[in-house]
Amino acid sequence: MNVLNFVNAFFSDSAHWHGYDGIPARLGEHVQYTLQALLLAAAIGLPIGLVTGHYGRGGNALSLVATAGRALPSFGLLVLMTTLLGFGMLPVMIPLVVLAVPPILVTTYEAMRSVDPSPVDAARGMGMHESRILFQVELPVALPLILSGLRSAAIQIVSTATIAAYVSLGGLGRYIVDGLYQRNYEKVVGGATLVAVLALVTLALFWAVARVAVSPGVRRR
Amino acid sequence: MSDYLHDFFDIPSDLQHSWIGLVGLHLREALLPVAAGLLLALPIAQLCVRFRWLYPPVLSVTTVLYAIPSLAFFVVLIDYTGQTELTVMIPLAVYSLVVLVPAIVDGVRSVSEETLAAATAMGFGPLRRYFQVQLPIAVPAIIAGLRVATVSSISLVSVGMLIGNQGALGNLLHDAQIYNRPELTWNSVITTALLAILVDALLVLVRVLLTPWMPNGTARRKPAPALEDAAR
Amino acid sequence: MITTAKSSTRSITRHPGAAAVALAAAVALLAGCSSGGTSDDPLKGGGAESGTVVVGSNNFAESTLLADIYGEALKAKGIKVTYKPNIGSRETTYDLIKNGSITMLPEYNGSLLAYLDAKAKPKTVEETTTAINGKLDSKLELLKPSTAQNKDSVTVNAETAKKYKLTSDSSIADLKGVAKDLVFGGSPEFQTRHQGLVGLKSVYGLEFKTFKSLDAGGPLTQQALKKNTVQAADVFTTDPTIAREKFVVLKDPENLFGFQNVQPLVRKGELSKEGADALNAVSAKLDTKTLLDLDAQVQLEKKDPLDVAKAWLKSAGLT
Repeated sequence: MNVLNFVNAFFSDSAHWHGYDGIPARLGEHVQYTLQALLLAAAIGLPIGLVTGHYGRGGNALSLVATAGRALPSFGLLVLMTTLLGFGMLPVMIPLVVLAVPPILVTTYEAMRSVDPSPVDAARGMGMHESRILFQVELPVALPLILSGLRSAAIQIVSTATIAAYVSLGGLGRYIVDGLYQRNYEKVVGGATLVAVLALVTLALFWAVARVAVSPGVRRR
Repeated sequence: MSDYLHDFFDIPSDLQHSWIGLVGLHLREALLPVAAGLLLALPIAQLCVRFRWLYPPVLSVTTVLYAIPSLAFFVVLIDYTGQTELTVMIPLAVYSLVVLVPAIVDGVRSVSEETLAAATAMGFGPLRRYFQVQLPIAVPAIIAGLRVATVSSISLVSVGMLIGNQGALGNLLHDAQIYNRPELTWNSVITTALLAILVDALLVLVRVLLTPWMPNGTARRKPAPALEDAAR
Repeated sequence: MITTAKSSTRSITRHPGAAAVALAAAVALLAGCSSGGTSDDPLKGGGAESGTVVVGSNNFAESTLLADIYGEALKAKGIKVTYKPNIGSRETTYDLIKNGSITMLPEYNGSLLAYLDAKAKPKTVEETTTAINGKLDSKLELLKPSTAQNKDSVTVNAETAKKYKLTSDSSIADLKGVAKDLVFGGSPEFQTRHQGLVGLKSVYGLEFKTFKSLDAGGPLTQQALKKNTVQAADVFTTDPTIAREKFVVLKDPENLFGFQNVQPLVRKGELSKEGADALNAVSAKLDTKTLLDLDAQVQLEKKDPLDVAKAWLKSAGLT
């Protein structure tokens, strides 16, 4: 009944290392779901957050949208979408994107609003075009917070993508759901460990990206 | 239409609850863990404020705990607490803790040195200072944490369905499938979302009532980064 | 973070503790109002209250229906019954009845035997019962089997049947050459069961392209077969959608899926003689045709399983 024994047994079983149900395949699927959902969510959340944040309009509307997005239960939404749309990636992507858009949207907006207005005014006074102000003045300053929003969205997706297994898709959730029904705790614990490790790797990646992408002048803390 | 509405609220007998019963069950399974999480988070956060070196390790432990998917958490607990509500509520309490500790630490830390010095000068002991100065000033941050914890808790209860009818409104999702009744899926999703929105609004109201000195409810502040991480 | 902290100190010290007290009150209220209610919660686990029979069921419609039928038959004899439905797979429910969380479970004899002893090959229902009793946990016993059977099966969809010229006379063995091109669907537990992927390989030599974890013969499986996401799947032979979707159930000449009679599994000594008689009386009247009809009422006509159970018990003169 020792969790560490399960972890050990799971990873030392060579059968868990190849084939369509092997760790590389399931990990690959999980990473694929995560990236797809994160890119989709960023494609929705970032532009809206940047523009509304830049003009300082629609903050209340955004927080309403974010609240509504958070309120929708991911698991229920997954089952509902599978009922409506059948099998496939779309029913899984919808709940994951709904989950990930609010943190990206809200943090991006807040990040843009928290930019010191004086350099923005100075840039405007110099006759800089609004889009250049957004990308060259505000964005570099807002980047650390924006990245933190993306990071939190990514972590949530990594953890939640496990539910895709309930509607027959792959990913690391496969081990957890299969382990539940097969009463094989080795699989459950092994799968959970992989998810947790993937989440920590995601954290590390974002930390590295922030090191590289954030200009030293902005990196305060 | 009335037929459809009838089907919508016609809960299969194997769930052993009416719709209202499921709502009550759902609220209990979601809110008790948050309350427990808050009771635990307050002293832990206070320790982290008092002993600064404690905060980073506490944060990393909670981050790892948070990264464990809820379903795996449920399944592993079955061996210890059986297929019961408790098995669902323990992980939810842990997740709440993860959200609340940083929220409270950030809130309490935000009290300025001058304020603390003033309180000390007025003869406040450490305990009285904590309850009458630090905690009240931290209320907005704590409520912000509570909102995130509660909404995510309400959403996650549904996953308890997978361990044998322990997901309250989430159980409707399973019955919808085995009895081919999609309207029950709608019922589950809509009711759960409405509950989350309602409880969230109530917490905003509580904050407005508790912090009469703050500019009205629309005042927004930057969310604590640690808090955003936990906003699933 | 809170920029108003400095300016707000005065108003706080003027209302000492008010906010803190209010917060505490709010928390208490939250905890209080949400903990009220069901103290005799039927979903609570642990040991069963003495004298009460806890009837469990697996996570598919027919199992819950059978639990309702047997449970209501007990109730009719004045026995106190609580239900613990939709628990999960046999792998879980067997442990729960062993540890006393549930007292009675509608089982399928062949699947139960395969779970306890994958190598057993009984020739008759009686032999199956004997074999199970030999392997069963000492705290458990089987009551009399019904004639109602619901088997796992290898079932292909219409498209696959046409492509490989499979008819209801074809057998699982006919998939030998083509299995490597087919995706097989079944419940997660089917993957590791002898009466599942393991046996399909060892008995019939079939190795499918991939296995897709779906549900226990439920809507996911039906949908996946229909949409050709999987070409072959484990479908319960009492499933009313087989006929509707023109699925083809393949014959099982090696009898891998064995006998699958509905048969109550109970904890020894926790059911009165009267209770056991009531359950045996139900089993005596339950046959495959009845089961098919009751399943259709639940899954196609969308009647509540409890109502269907009560109505049948009444019409069969059991209540």
